[in-house]
Amino acid sequence: MKKMLARSLSCLAFVSLCPLFVDAGEVIKVGVLHSLSGTMAISETTLKDVMVMLVEEQNKKGGLLGKQLAAVVVDPASDWPVFAEKARQLLTQDKVDVVFGCWTSVSRKSVLPVFEELNGLLFYPVQYEGEESSRNIIYTGAAPNQQAIPAVDYLMDGGVKRWVLAGTDYVYPRTTNKILEAYLKDKGVEEADILINYTPFGHSDWQSIVAEIKRFGGAGVKTAVVSTINGDANVPFYKELGNQGVSATDIPVVAFSVGEEELSGIDTKPLVGHLAAWNYFQSVETPENEAFIKQWHGFTGNPKRVTNDPMEAHYIGFNAWVKAVEKVGATDVDRVLDAIIGVTVPNLTGGKATVLKNHHLTKPVLIGEIQDDGQFAVVWETDGVVEGDAWSDYLEGSKDLIADWTQPVNCGNYNVKTNACGGAE
Amino acid sequence: MFKTIFGTFFAFAAVFLPPFIPARAGDAGGFPLSEAVLKSLASAKVNDRAAAIAELSANAAEEAMDILRALRDGRLHHDRANNAIILIGADGTARDVASGGRLDTGREGLKRIAVNNGQREEITRALNAFALSGGAIPDRRAASRALLANGAADVDAETLGRLIAQEDDPAVLRNLRASLGLLLAGNPASPKADLLLAAEYLSASGQVRARTALAGLAASADPDVAEEAGDALYWIRVAGDWASFIETMFFGLSLGSILVLAAIGLAITFGVMGVINMAHGELIMLGAYAAWGMQRLLPERTAFALLLAIPAAFLLSGGIGALLEAGVIRFLRGRPLETLLATFGVSLILQQAVRSLVSPQNRAVDNPAFMSGMWRITENFSVTCNRLYILIFCFAVFAAILAAMRWTRLGLEVRAVSQNRPIARTMGVRDSRVDALCFGLGSGIAGMAGVALSQITNVGPNLGQSYIVDSFMVVVFGGVGNLWGTMIGGIILGVANKLLEPLSGAMLAKIFILVLIILFIQKRPRGLFPQRGRAAEG
Repeated sequence: MKKMLARSLSCLAFVSLCPLFVDAGEVIKVGVLHSLSGTMAISETTLKDVMVMLVEEQNKKGGLLGKQLAAVVVDPASDWPVFAEKARQLLTQDKVDVVFGCWTSVSRKSVLPVFEELNGLLFYPVQYEGEESSRNIIYTGAAPNQQAIPAVDYLMDGGVKRWVLAGTDYVYPRTTNKILEAYLKDKGVEEADILINYTPFGHSDWQSIVAEIKRFGGAGVKTAVVSTINGDANVPFYKELGNQGVSATDIPVVAFSVGEEELSGIDTKPLVGHLAAWNYFQSVETPENEAFIKQWHGFTGNPKRVTNDPMEAHYIGFNAWVKAVEKVGATDVDRVLDAIIGVTVPNLTGGKATVLKNHHLTKPVLIGEIQDDGQFAVVWETDGVVEGDAWSDYLEGSKDLIADWTQPVNCGNYNVKTNACGGAE
Repeated sequence: MFKTIFGTFFAFAAVFLPPFIPARAGDAGGFPLSEAVLKSLASAKVNDRAAAIAELSANAAEEAMDILRALRDGRLHHDRANNAIILIGADGTARDVASGGRLDTGREGLKRIAVNNGQREEITRALNAFALSGGAIPDRRAASRALLANGAADVDAETLGRLIAQEDDPAVLRNLRASLGLLLAGNPASPKADLLLAAEYLSASGQVRARTALAGLAASADPDVAEEAGDALYWIRVAGDWASFIETMFFGLSLGSILVLAAIGLAITFGVMGVINMAHGELIMLGAYAAWGMQRLLPERTAFALLLAIPAAFLLSGGIGALLEAGVIRFLRGRPLETLLATFGVSLILQQAVRSLVSPQNRAVDNPAFMSGMWRITENFSVTCNRLYILIFCFAVFAAILAAMRWTRLGLEVRAVSQNRPIARTMGVRDSRVDALCFGLGSGIAGMAGVALSQITNVGPNLGQSYIVDSFMVVVFGGVGNLWGTMIGGIILGVANKLLEPLSGAMLAKIFILVLIILFIQKRPRGLFPQRGRAAEG
């Protein structure tokens, strides 16, 4: 704790003193837009630390284009309008060259117009619902076809016939469940075999819902729960499942928002065997991952700190940006955006991540089972990498759309039927 | 209920399976593992486990089952250095499987042997089949229930008949007969007598599978069979409806008890003293952290730590509450708006303090064994233990507060001050001391509520926020200044919420309840149990 404090103090001092030591023109500024206070601090503080670590490491390697990098950290305090304000501040006052930030979709939607207006560059590291592609944002997290759909396929192969789609009531679960429902029906699942359930943020009384899931799953047909329940509410949900005697062998729960970080706040013994779908797990054994974990433990001074999927997304995003900047020899946003498409960097699970024309990445999809030490054991993975798809093929209105930020299309919602930019109609 | 008492298990195994038991020496005999099993267990790939599971399942010996059980529960380890398989017993002792030798030290370098869900299912099936042919009663019950839930998929009528003949426990017998009923009802070639027998067996069990099969029989071409099955189905449905109604009531009571626990401290500070304390939720949160801290201090004794956490949380939250009263609220007496803003500020300070000093991440608080699992009352109705204990805890806390208010000196003084402060002062009551103590008491109770909440929800800096609105709702609905009002109001809100939830979903149920409360307050602004007399008008 003390070490962390000292480090963040020295880091702050470093950032604020920079202009005294070096000419402002010789520093490349990296904006970090993650909440350090308020409800989202639980997830986002870690990502801020990762960015500071990555910048430090790059400086040890000699910086970028012969210049030192400096992280400019701001705190949007889990408040969506403040995200837009801080983004504007980063781009106009601090004049940063690139921003890494945001967690929730609503915070991303809130800063999107700012980045488009001021022609900034944002790397967004979290899995999300898709249906978006901005010229000024690189989506380094998973699109639904890189997480939700493969997870459902895996369960279907395991003989699951009835589905509970449980989610928190906001945009990511609603859109994801809409896509999944369309996908399941496409695969011949009857309406009566799908149960959709939404709960408020931070829901803590799961008794009736778990009882309902038990009844729904007790009909003698293999049932699974696909959970888009938001981080925090998962703990009481899993506890209730455990207490009501629903084990992973009866009704497995596959979650899209539960990672190592979330599990570090739970006693995972009753959860063993439940599933999560991600593009990265800390338990994957590759030299890159081992080096990353070691670096992270060294940086935080805590050998118990876990790593997770959005951290890997920042790692990939940062390295891709560095490579693109080296390619053009400048940090100019337009030129970097042109150069970054097609850039390939190693990911932490032994594969390669390529930045696609639609500003999404290629990623492997891994399914892991929760272990009693809070880690995941990988039980299934895709053969190669999957290309992120900005617009879902299973939704009316978005199946004809593509995103392509290269000439001649150069559009985030290009309609391949009407050959026009500007959405479905 | 999968935990077994090994002694009884051995006794049963000895009676039923004498030829399979190898010679056992002392504490634990060795169990030589074949090359294939060893290789399959030692492999880094989870999917390679299949061979070991198949071979061990086929070996109907208690030792093999013991290994399978350990494998399923994650107690089987691979010692890479010696290429040996180490089994850690349910009691924590380690032994080498092949040699049977106990290991006291050198747990380092062990890698847990992982299995996946499908394999766990397979192991459970093998263990159940083994338990049915002569395990301890709890194992046989669980196994027969699993067999029935599985639709009697992997047995034939002949085996079932043999098991039924040698079974003497009524619960196991009922499940086995229902399983046989399933097989008979599912066989299109069954004669009429068999179908009638199936209807009889199935109707004795309230299990979902049995009900589905009965519904099938009720649609049978034979009028006798259809009538018999139809009658049985009717009564099963009635019983099922009652069970689900009682279950909903219990859910409601349980939710109500949590609302009451969260609100009861507020009923004292807001209800009796008239102070709007927005930091009440954070005092609950601190109580939950006290439970976490206690578990950190006593990591091996979860249950004891939880019990100790109750007074610790009371002192921590109570102390901070008393400080808050003496440092902030006292100077704002009679200015509710300023109090509201100041305490809201304090709540933010407390939240961020926890974030900075402890961590922004949630902390894990373990459930002790007595708080986990459930208590099965009938086939269709069971009660989860943690909820049951919290319900009891809530009533106990309520009774204690009621007694304190009624019979202690402090209670008397609190009542006096809240009824008429100037007169109480002239009678020699030190009202400033009473205020601090009373506020401390209310805050301390919030802390105790936090210990209870740590067992069912997240322990994190945001814990309090989710309960502050609900707490105010309960106090206002029940009637400000009336502890009984808080109790009854909380229970009513809990039950109403749970009755609405299946009809409208969790989201709408919450909204409905809020609308209902608004309408109710319009009609009766002083809540369910308004205060009467001069104090109320003052």
